[in-house]
Amino acid sequence: MKVDLFLTCINDAMFPRTGQATVRLLERLGHTVNFNMRQTCCGQMHLNTGYRSDALHLVRKFVNDFRDAEVIVAPSGSCVAMIRELAPEAAHWEGDNELRREVQALAPRLYELSEFLVGKLRVTDVGAYYPHKVTYHPTCHAMRMLRVGDAPLKLLQQVRGMTLLELAGADECCGFGGTFSVKNPDVSAAMLADKTRHILETGAEACTAGDNSCLMHIGGGLHRLRSGARTIHLAGILASTEGEVFA
Amino acid sequence: MSGLHPAQPFPEAAREQVNQPQLRANLRKVTHTIREKRLRATQELPHWEELRQLGEATKDASLADLSNRLLTLEASVKARGGQVHWARDAAEAREIVTRIALAHQVQELIKVKSITSDEIELNKALDAHGVHAIETDLAELIVQLSNDTPSHILVPAIHRNRAEIQALFNAELPGEGHLSDDPAELAGAARRYLRHKFLTTKMAVSGGNFAIAKTGTVCVVESEGNGRMCLTLPEVLVSIMGIEKVLDRFEDISVFMELLPRSSTAERMNPYTSFWSGVTPGDGPQEFHLILLDNGRTDVLADDFGRQTLRCIRCSACLNVCPVYERAGGHAYGSVYPGPIGAILTPQLLGMHDQNANTLPGASSLCGACFDACPVRINIPQVLIYLRGEAAQHKGPTLEALAMHGMRLAMSEGWRFEGAVRLARFGQGPLVHNGKITALPGLLGGWTQSRDLNPFPPQSFREWWRQRGQGQTPEVDAAPPQAVQ
Repeated sequence: MKVDLFLTCINDAMFPRTGQATVRLLERLGHTVNFNMRQTCCGQMHLNTGYRSDALHLVRKFVNDFRDAEVIVAPSGSCVAMIRELAPEAAHWEGDNELRREVQALAPRLYELSEFLVGKLRVTDVGAYYPHKVTYHPTCHAMRMLRVGDAPLKLLQQVRGMTLLELAGADECCGFGGTFSVKNPDVSAAMLADKTRHILETGAEACTAGDNSCLMHIGGGLHRLRSGARTIHLAGILASTEGEVFA
Repeated sequence: MSGLHPAQPFPEAAREQVNQPQLRANLRKVTHTIREKRLRATQELPHWEELRQLGEATKDASLADLSNRLLTLEASVKARGGQVHWARDAAEAREIVTRIALAHQVQELIKVKSITSDEIELNKALDAHGVHAIETDLAELIVQLSNDTPSHILVPAIHRNRAEIQALFNAELPGEGHLSDDPAELAGAARRYLRHKFLTTKMAVSGGNFAIAKTGTVCVVESEGNGRMCLTLPEVLVSIMGIEKVLDRFEDISVFMELLPRSSTAERMNPYTSFWSGVTPGDGPQEFHLILLDNGRTDVLADDFGRQTLRCIRCSACLNVCPVYERAGGHAYGSVYPGPIGAILTPQLLGMHDQNANTLPGASSLCGACFDACPVRINIPQVLIYLRGEAAQHKGPTLEALAMHGMRLAMSEGWRFEGAVRLARFGQGPLVHNGKITALPGLLGGWTQSRDLNPFPPQSFREWWRQRGQGQTPEVDAAPPQAVQ
């Protein structure tokens, strides 16, 4: 299958290893990956902060960039949720019903990574090897907007060498929330304190999730605490093999 | 806090609350307990999702035909011997209640817990005219005796502990001797105090959970029985209700009798549900006034997307599942409507130009737990996002707006974005210490208050991809020197 990678702006600029891991994983499963160099951002940060017009410019760009794609895969639950769930509503708010129709037409071809692997490709064992103790945090948008359910867990359970530890209060938000984390830093930090405490109580070396924005938040907290625990994107674990370690 | 009006922006109010150990401990315990109980109470019904959809549709039908239903309600209540008053705003509603109280020359009146009466700041207005309003819900009584304000829709004294209540009752409830901190003993003292008031007070004020247009029936749903006392014993009853509470037919209420108790207290059925229609000669209050309050609601109704907020049945399920409410508590919202529903209702009732209230839609990480819990399917996360857009339009050209616009321009083309990332990578130099950014300036300082940040890595993905396409990096680099997500 020819897969168009929508990497997302934050992964492109700050977490290129997640992009490399996603490419590696999809190619190992026998697919051809295309990265359209025109792509940038889904507009989520703009929309969620209240800048609707800026956001819709970026949604329009996304639609133009990926119009001809057969299948689009993104290693980010919240960016996929932005395009599939929020963008059509936001276009409607601004009275741009043409954009709404176009983004709705594109939406069924856009998948979050775990959703694509488990739901579309029907694969749970991707041949990964990752000999570490890991706990999994389900991110809010993947869980409550995309309803990916236990797809990420099904993938993680098949990883050889890995000990998967259950996270208490897993379904509670880590407190990131995009610009919420800087505009309401005290409440955000209070939420993060509970999340990092639960992670450390598992005894895991690393916390994984399907979204680097949440992991940037959790990882930033774990590092500030000098906890020794760290974060790794789901794609990094799934791409890792005995010969090649992605994180 | 007074009525609807927050005294400061949410981030500042929340900052004062998050470090209060008693508040955090109480909120953690109560919200987690009720979350689990609510899930049990809703999951035992296989048709819960259908009930939510029916609740949504029933409320939407009322909102779509609100003016007709209100006129029908007015006619029905009058036909059954009640009087109906229309209040444009809080001041008009206060004036109507005060006029009725003064006409009957009462010095005291008893109250059923009513957030609508708190919204219009009724007690203070009555006090100014020498009329003392006595709250008869136990938690509301605690809040009132301590000159405090409620911090939860359903559990107004959630922020108080047993020892505080013991000290309060010993100081404020006369003739009880010394009370221990035993909850049954404290409740018993309140019960004796209130029983005397129920039997001697001539006038009562209530809110209303629902009203039926065709029959002129008003409904109050409660747990303690104090409501039943207030609604049946006094001679004069005044009920204040937001205009959005009207339903068409009596049958319409049945779905809410399933949705409300299970969402609210996690009970299959609530202990006391009172219905009354106008005046019944020789039974119950012989004078009944229904005040229909607008106070910003028609403005909410006029907004195509914000309108769904008016479906709310005040169950407080969204508060109990909200991670922000759990940490900040109700007072941080600065309004009688706290939590996620307050974050969308308060600013809409006041108008998005209110510079304190318009920070409330920002009081959410958009985790979506509130939408899943809402029994009438108000899409609170989407309304929050919508209102952030409305608020931004009332803030004019801020530094934030400039930064957002700049970023959008940088992202308008792939090559521009690549250039911007290169520039940022170059510019971040002075901020990076030992491979991490631990202090950021300006708007971003909130981040490094409690988190470190990885700097931009030396190569972006698209730079790597281009190299790979040119055959310079045929394979993915294995085992990087520095582990990055």
